[in-house]
Amino acid sequence: MTSFLSYLINGISLGSVYAIIALGYTMVYGIAKMLNFAHGDVIMVGAYITFLAMTAAGMPPVLAVILSMILCTVLGITIERIAYKPLRNSASNLAVLITAIGVSYFLQNVALLIFGANTKSFSSVVVYEGFQLADGEINVSGVTLVTILACIIIMSVLTWFVNKTKAGQAMRAVSEDKGAAQLMGINVNGTIALTFAIGSGLAAVAGVLLCSAYPSLNPYTGSMPGIKAFVAAVFGGIGSIPGAMIGGILLGVIEILSKAYISSQLSDAIVFAVLIIVLLVKPTGILGKKIQEKV
Amino acid sequence: MKKLFLNKNTKDTTITLTGVIFVCLIVQLWMSFGSMSSLLKGLMVPLCVYTIMAVSLNLTVGILGELSLGHAGFMCVGAFTGAFFSKCTDGVLPDGIRFLCAILIGAVFATLFGFIIGIPVLRLKGDYLAIVTLAFCEIIKNIVNALYIGRDENGFHFTMKDSLSLGLSEQGEVIINGAQGISGTPNDSSFVIGAVLLVITLFIILNLVNSRSGRAIMAIRDNSIAAESVGLNLTKYKLMAFSISAGLAGVAGVLYAHNLSTLTALPKNFGYNMSINILVFVVLGGIGNIRGSIIATIILTLLPELLRGLNDYRMLMYAVVLIAVMLFNYSEKAKDFKEKLGFMTRKKFHAKEDK
Amino acid sequence: MKFKKALSLVLVCTMAVATLTACGSKEEGGNTFKIGGIGPVTGGAAVYGIAVQRGAELAVEEINAAGGVNGVQIEFQFEDDEHDAEKAVNAYNTLKDWNMQMLMGTVTSTPCQAVAEKTKEDNMYMLTPSGSAVPCIQYDNAFRVCFSDPNQGIASAQYIGGNGLAKKVAVIYNSSDVYSQGIYEKFAGEAANQSFEIVAAEQFTADSATDFSVQLKKAQDAGADLVFLPIYYQEASLILQQADAMGFAPKFFGCDGLDGLLGVENFDTSLAEGVMLLTPFVAGDDDFSKDFKAKFGEDPIQFAADAYDAIYIMKAAMEKAGVKPDMSISDMCEAMKKAMTEITVDGTTGTGMTWSADGEPSKEPKAMVIENGQYVAM
Repeated sequence: MTSFLSYLINGISLGSVYAIIALGYTMVYGIAKMLNFAHGDVIMVGAYITFLAMTAAGMPPVLAVILSMILCTVLGITIERIAYKPLRNSASNLAVLITAIGVSYFLQNVALLIFGANTKSFSSVVVYEGFQLADGEINVSGVTLVTILACIIIMSVLTWFVNKTKAGQAMRAVSEDKGAAQLMGINVNGTIALTFAIGSGLAAVAGVLLCSAYPSLNPYTGSMPGIKAFVAAVFGGIGSIPGAMIGGILLGVIEILSKAYISSQLSDAIVFAVLIIVLLVKPTGILGKKIQEKV
Repeated sequence: MKKLFLNKNTKDTTITLTGVIFVCLIVQLWMSFGSMSSLLKGLMVPLCVYTIMAVSLNLTVGILGELSLGHAGFMCVGAFTGAFFSKCTDGVLPDGIRFLCAILIGAVFATLFGFIIGIPVLRLKGDYLAIVTLAFCEIIKNIVNALYIGRDENGFHFTMKDSLSLGLSEQGEVIINGAQGISGTPNDSSFVIGAVLLVITLFIILNLVNSRSGRAIMAIRDNSIAAESVGLNLTKYKLMAFSISAGLAGVAGVLYAHNLSTLTALPKNFGYNMSINILVFVVLGGIGNIRGSIIATIILTLLPELLRGLNDYRMLMYAVVLIAVMLFNYSEKAKDFKEKLGFMTRKKFHAKEDK
Repeated sequence: MKFKKALSLVLVCTMAVATLTACGSKEEGGNTFKIGGIGPVTGGAAVYGIAVQRGAELAVEEINAAGGVNGVQIEFQFEDDEHDAEKAVNAYNTLKDWNMQMLMGTVTSTPCQAVAEKTKEDNMYMLTPSGSAVPCIQYDNAFRVCFSDPNQGIASAQYIGGNGLAKKVAVIYNSSDVYSQGIYEKFAGEAANQSFEIVAAEQFTADSATDFSVQLKKAQDAGADLVFLPIYYQEASLILQQADAMGFAPKFFGCDGLDGLLGVENFDTSLAEGVMLLTPFVAGDDDFSKDFKAKFGEDPIQFAADAYDAIYIMKAAMEKAGVKPDMSISDMCEAMKKAMTEITVDGTTGTGMTWSADGEPSKEPKAMVIENGQYVAM
């Protein structure tokens, strides 16, 4: 029983990291309706900036994270302006998917040239050590607590922002129908840029927490967690903010439990199999909105 | 009177096919008599492989209109079944027949996988479909990496643990060795075979597109509700397109496996990265445009090789070129600019078709 | 459409011409030795390829500064294979177009096997610094600097058993990696003959190489007093951190992949205290490590050392065989093949290294342990 609980806690720690990445994914997808494959790489950039700010410039963790958020926001807006905006009205929304992949390659290779391929060990920004239960059998780390807390805060703030504020309403309108939103006097380009800004800022936070939990940083750090988080977002119903959190945590728990009780070799396959089953039963994910087909 | 003139579609098909055959012949002549560089010679089979992949993915993405991110999974199935067969019958069957059988087996298995995976997947739509195909692709890769098959005088042994648990006798050999994959596959692929397979692929796809079924598939893409209301069987046509596309990817896989002596399922060659790379070829070449896929594949496969002179900046430049070309091809401003130059008079009719 | 087609056509033509001219500029009977290198310098395995490239370049520079081989300068060119078999063959062909005479490569095992097939066809001499899988050097024209995977697995099992390091051993390995899986297999096979038992064998894959809590927990529950890590140091650094966080402190034992652990920037080396590794090389006070650090600003990993040695081994064999730059590739290969079995080389990864005709080096791995943030011989 204790070992099950301990696996469960580990699953939640891993899942909370996926969840925080998935929040950024789902935010951008929900509004701009595009799969931003470069999100994972913005996470990596965010982690590098924090790393450098802390080790090379000797900044305190909080300042480093804030700096990283600001720079990532700028990066997100720049990427959107240069690579995505010109394609917004193009014939196929696949075109923008491909440029997103191009941006992802670009960021990886720039990081490779600047920071080198060597893995860097990220020092955790969380000072609190966490606590232990059941005579040290169960270990809850400080990073996990902070990540879950951050998830809940971000989730609540985003939900409030999207539902209650003027800018949030504009976002929902744009997500519903770009043309109609424009006719209602909403600045569509500005709204989408704002979405990217928020998404990238979240990516910076996610990067810092990812690397605090699993302190290994190299130019490809972001890509696999990025894909996993994307899966988590779909799992929870892509576009749904609470869905991203639930999806992320579930994904982490499934991954750890399948490693523990079925096979550590096949855990990836099992995670994906569960995803497929969920989508077959509920084709738009756990909390996804049902798409009404218009005739 | 009408029969004397080929209709527009048939003409188009003939042009594409003769064009490809012509280019292949020239390349073959150049290879035999000219001084082609080793690099280009070595790239010929991969070019065929990726062109087949791109053209077959275009069937799913362009003609059927469903985004698939799992095309590499079918290639993986084809590659491993084909290589497994060749490895088992190496020395038993004569080379040509063995390779022919391997191609057929790879194609059959990939089609079968396409069919089985297609049944649940094609019920989904849009990005959800994309992510499920990606999931299947990753599952295939993960399972292949955990697969151990060996053979000794008592027959085949199979396990998913490690090669020691196969319990082979001393004469036994491990054929598929988990992550170490299959090594020592006979090098049967050549440009001639690749080119023939490419032409066959094109023939199959172009014929399908121009057939009654092809029109049904495109009707489903354009408006599935309308298509259903006129009595088209959605599942049947969707599955048909999806499994044919998978089967052709399997053929590409067999060709790939027999070009290199070693076959492993790495994220690089059979993971979602490869699926996405192929998708890049399709989108850059124009969705639904078979000729475009061929040209885009050739350019994008040659590009990183020709950028080798840049050393460390090679992949960076590749990314920049990719973004730039996409912007150039698809952005509104670039379209206006090109129209101003008067190049693209026909484009106006196509501009909104994929909306 | 027309425009796009025209554009494409122009592009294809320029490319074709570019490739043609590239091969047109052949200079026959040059007066330098042309050595090619292949390895991943982009992508997930870039760190190994870059290390090899740097190690080799350092050696080439030194040799050229000292007057070259038999008075002839060496030209060295390194091509990227992105850790992919097909790209490695492309890289090989590019180097052939550059008139490469010998190959120092490739770095990783899977591409190495594919390239070995091609060098066999051309009968070109190849020496891989770090391609450790068995089939990498299955042909007689191929040699290697590093240990083979089976060799490492067996040596590790014998070392653990022979020195009575543990009774219960757990293994955590990367089941999607050729190197890791290859070592594990032979280790498990040899363990049957040794005084310890394997109580847990846990895998991870490249796609889930961040969280090792389950694998560690299982090892802990099985009562393992030693964890064998036939993996690379990036994952090992995570495993050490996570084991520490859960209060699991067995002995850790690894192979040459663990070298580099102390070089991870910002890594808390106290976590690696007591980690044992069986490796031919660790960065220390030797001239190579110092020169490397001075030139590239970081400690060399074992891959760099293997590559550095590889170039010096080639030099020794070339001098022994008395090869001339104007010899044909095949003649050169035959002379080198013969010379390889006759030379003895003292390098950074071993002293008195010799080769048998099957291409395997004979050298003893050194058992090292990390003490006070330094590698110390055991």
